[in-house]
Amino acid sequence: MSNTAHTDINQTIDHLFRHEAGKMVAVLTRLFGFPNIEQAEDIVQDTILRALESWRFGKIPENPRAWLYVTAKNKVIDIIRRQQVKHKIENEISFLLKSEYTLVPTVNEMFKEDEIKDSQLRMMFACCHPKFSTEAQITLILNTLCGLSVHEIADAFLSNEETIQKRLYRTREKLRKEKIPLDYPGSRAMPKRIDTVLKTLYLLFNEGYHSSHPEKLIREDLCEEAMRLTLLLTENRRTNQPQSFALLSLMCYQASRFDARIDENGSIVLLKEQDRNRWNHYLIQKGNEYLEFSASGDTMHEFHIEAAIASVHANAGTYEATDWKRILRLYDLLLSINFNPVVALNRCLVLGETDGYDVAIRELRKISELKDNCHYNVSLAEMYFKSGNKNFAKEFFSIALTQTKSRAEKKLLQEKILHCN
Amino acid sequence: MEKFIFLFRGPGPREMDRNSEAAQAEMQKWFNWIDAMNKKGTYVAGDPLQPVGKQVNGKKKAVTDGPFVEAKEMVGGYIIVNAKDINDAVEISKDCPIFDNDGKVEVRPIQKM
Repeated sequence: MSNTAHTDINQTIDHLFRHEAGKMVAVLTRLFGFPNIEQAEDIVQDTILRALESWRFGKIPENPRAWLYVTAKNKVIDIIRRQQVKHKIENEISFLLKSEYTLVPTVNEMFKEDEIKDSQLRMMFACCHPKFSTEAQITLILNTLCGLSVHEIADAFLSNEETIQKRLYRTREKLRKEKIPLDYPGSRAMPKRIDTVLKTLYLLFNEGYHSSHPEKLIREDLCEEAMRLTLLLTENRRTNQPQSFALLSLMCYQASRFDARIDENGSIVLLKEQDRNRWNHYLIQKGNEYLEFSASGDTMHEFHIEAAIASVHANAGTYEATDWKRILRLYDLLLSINFNPVVALNRCLVLGETDGYDVAIRELRKISELKDNCHYNVSLAEMYFKSGNKNFAKEFFSIALTQTKSRAEKKLLQEKILHCN
Repeated sequence: MEKFIFLFRGPGPREMDRNSEAAQAEMQKWFNWIDAMNKKGTYVAGDPLQPVGKQVNGKKKAVTDGPFVEAKEMVGGYIIVNAKDINDAVEISKDCPIFDNDGKVEVRPIQKM
């Protein structure tokens, strides 16, 4: 223990409990087996409380993480020795836990960096099991792997604690009943299963990126968690598929614009008006690197194309210098793989830049599925505005205004409407 | 400058909320307080005390468990600070997060030898 209170305390412990709680729950659940997940969580909880008791008078250990692990390990060993594990442990390592010779080394082994990551990945596959709804998958990931409390999850999704609590409870029941394994899928099922995991992480990221939540920090946290987990996938030889890299690349490009998207008054700044010096160039660099890594294998995944589109934007020096023709080709490619009205909407905006706003409006009018979508109406209004038809622009901005809850979006739309007069 | 000891009594983390988010927030408050003291050069040292102990009593040196009746009456830890005088020390103690949980701080000057 160090003698003086740290001056960089805030950095040392920022999110420490949350991140380490997620890791420890994954490790302990792997040791104890899924039926004992609540017991695993209790031990982790107790470890964190012990840390709080011990550290609060100004003494943080040199390595707080190691301190947490040692404390948790000792508890685990104690509980196994006293045979106080609630449900019988039935997994591939249970025999190692039975003998005093192998108990301590096995527990130690599980707390090594590689094994922690392994446990997190297994947990990720279990949380994203196809038997769960996407909603349940995301909630389970956030709670179990990311260490977010029910309160925080409810807050992030503008929901209430009771709803989230119930959802978690039901998901866990199912987890037990269906005997969902805490393991990697076999190599045949892997491609499909990994796609589910990636899709869920992508949704989690988007939830953070496009969230209508008034508070910025919560949104950034969701994006950060999604990126952390995707990074884990790219680091493991079983899960570092080309599409995992493509998704990580896409997330890096999107996240690079986080600071530039909102001005100091909390208003949204559109891509065209963003100060590109405020983009995070380290993340763009990372995005470029991961995009290169993703270029292997013979399958073109949607994430590849989406990352490529994001790459064109991120690497354009100015809005005017954007290679719109290339982006348009990428959108055409994306739509040919899988038609999605939102993608079609975005394609129309590009079309406005390459073929003129009237063409874009004509194409936009064809996407009738999105009539009740706020972004659709904003886009249509923008195109009318740019083509000089301010009356129509005003009409569609006004429709959009009724379709959003976000304060920042409302503010932006009200300004837009004023400009139409 | 004189040295003062703060003795803390109050509900410990276990008597309060049981989730890691609350624990993190609680710890943040303590660290912010200690950080601020550290920057001013007031903080000297601090330690937690384990929630167990014995009491050795009187001429017979009789050993008893306790004297602790309730967790919240126990000294949970101490911090030593530098302060101008007792009033200054009391002012410093007032920023302690333990008061948010209705705890107590005993402020005692350390006798100079």
